[in-house]
Amino acid sequence: MSETFAKPVPHPTPDTQPFWDGLARGQYLLQRCKECGKLRHYPRPVCDGCWSMAHEWVPAGGRGTVHSWTVCHHPFHMGFKAQSPYILLTVDLAEGVRAQGQLRGLPAEALRLGLEVAIGFEQEGEGPVLPVFHPVPA
Amino acid sequence: MSLFERAAITGIGETAHGRGLQQGSALSLQLQASLAAIADAGLSPRDIDGIIPMATGAAVAEDFITNFGIPDLRFSATTPMGGASCVAAIQAAAAAVATGICRHVLLPIGRTGYSGTRIGARVHEMPQFRTIGEFELPLGNVAPAQIYAPMARRHMELYGTTSRQLAEIAVTTRRHAILNGNAAMTKPLTIEDHQNSRMIADPFRLFDCSLESDGGAAVVVSSAEAARDLRQPRVLVMGAAEGHPDSPSVITQRPDILRIGLAKAAPRAFAMAGVKPSDIQVAEIYDCFTYVVLRQLEELGFCKPGEGGAFVEGGALGIGGRLPVNTHGGLLSQAHLAGMNHIVELVRQLRGQAGAAQVEGATLGLVTGYGDMGDGSIAIMRRA
Repeated sequence: MSETFAKPVPHPTPDTQPFWDGLARGQYLLQRCKECGKLRHYPRPVCDGCWSMAHEWVPAGGRGTVHSWTVCHHPFHMGFKAQSPYILLTVDLAEGVRAQGQLRGLPAEALRLGLEVAIGFEQEGEGPVLPVFHPVPA
Repeated sequence: MSLFERAAITGIGETAHGRGLQQGSALSLQLQASLAAIADAGLSPRDIDGIIPMATGAAVAEDFITNFGIPDLRFSATTPMGGASCVAAIQAAAAAVATGICRHVLLPIGRTGYSGTRIGARVHEMPQFRTIGEFELPLGNVAPAQIYAPMARRHMELYGTTSRQLAEIAVTTRRHAILNGNAAMTKPLTIEDHQNSRMIADPFRLFDCSLESDGGAAVVVSSAEAARDLRQPRVLVMGAAEGHPDSPSVITQRPDILRIGLAKAAPRAFAMAGVKPSDIQVAEIYDCFTYVVLRQLEELGFCKPGEGGAFVEGGALGIGGRLPVNTHGGLLSQAHLAGMNHIVELVRQLRGQAGAAQVEGATLGLVTGYGDMGDGSIAIMRRA
């Protein structure tokens, strides 16, 4: 990662690297337990349902609904100062786990619980590919 | 065996609170507060035989042995739960003195939260923030105000809770800080001041957020028996508990993002103490953000879930109100000492030593902690 990229970057571990590799390919990957089939997110080594460590990575469909949000005005990290204020969404993915990402293309005033959104992918400079959310056309 | 009335808070101490007072390092601040607490109890520093330093603080047990010349420290532990640590340490200390491991456990904290490293940079050094650090920090979810704001927003959307109701908490707490006198914030605050303050992370405005300040505080937890011979009126720990929320590392993945660790801890503590919420005369409630107070009032059973907004209206949390809360000014207006100042204040109230902020006749009260991604802790106490 270039030293000129001013935002915080992830430091993946062997447990989480496939998630970031998926984002780089335009896929939002979830872990599915190979033993009992339970989905889990964020990535971690063990299934909390059956304690199996065997898992596979499956792409999320990319649709979800708004669970909550915040509009970030004060940049607690200088890397986000230029784009402030920005909206962070907490989204219920259709698969039953949640995702977080910045919202694009909609003002905060239009937000409500349950609003349908679609996942997208963005890369800024030499930074990592990150998930974002877009409104779903009616 | 229960911890019911097996331990007492026997000593309390704190430094001057403020921002940029240049009064010393985080280590010297907690040594100063600790000496005050030990003297308050009528003990010598060499009597301390147990210690629970803050897990993320600037001092370790060895610093206290070295500085105080403690001859035989028999117990040391940490309770790494962020802002829930100090009150969680009461349970750990009570267990240590009840089982005879030691007699006098020191709970110290000292911080240079204003003069030293600020919160946005500090939290990501903690292992509890590892998950957030990898998956949400790169998206712009940097500091606690942003991490907690979606809980408050969802509460507002589901129950109609308003920013003016959050302002009630900030305004009442400021009034208490002014009564206390030893507080970083000394200027009166109105609802309009709150409503006009700049937005930090919607729905949190500046005055919904706690301070970053410099200072120290400490308490001594002794066995209930040993406390009989000490200087101050005995304040007995009737119930104590800690609780961890589901998905404790990250709020985003929590099945019910409004449900915090206190939901598990509070019923345990009330059952141990043998009292109900309506018996409580004064409550020192962890207030890193106004909303966090409101939500804890619900989880403590003072009102139903969703009714916290209505509960805090009309000065209900003021001295003389329905439930006096944060009678010292809390983290919002007195000082950010991760809630050690809340323990100090509860003991002061129950001893009848709270001066202008004294809740008349208060002999039974509670203190809570809230930390990291919603860890909870609680202690219920009474004057013997």
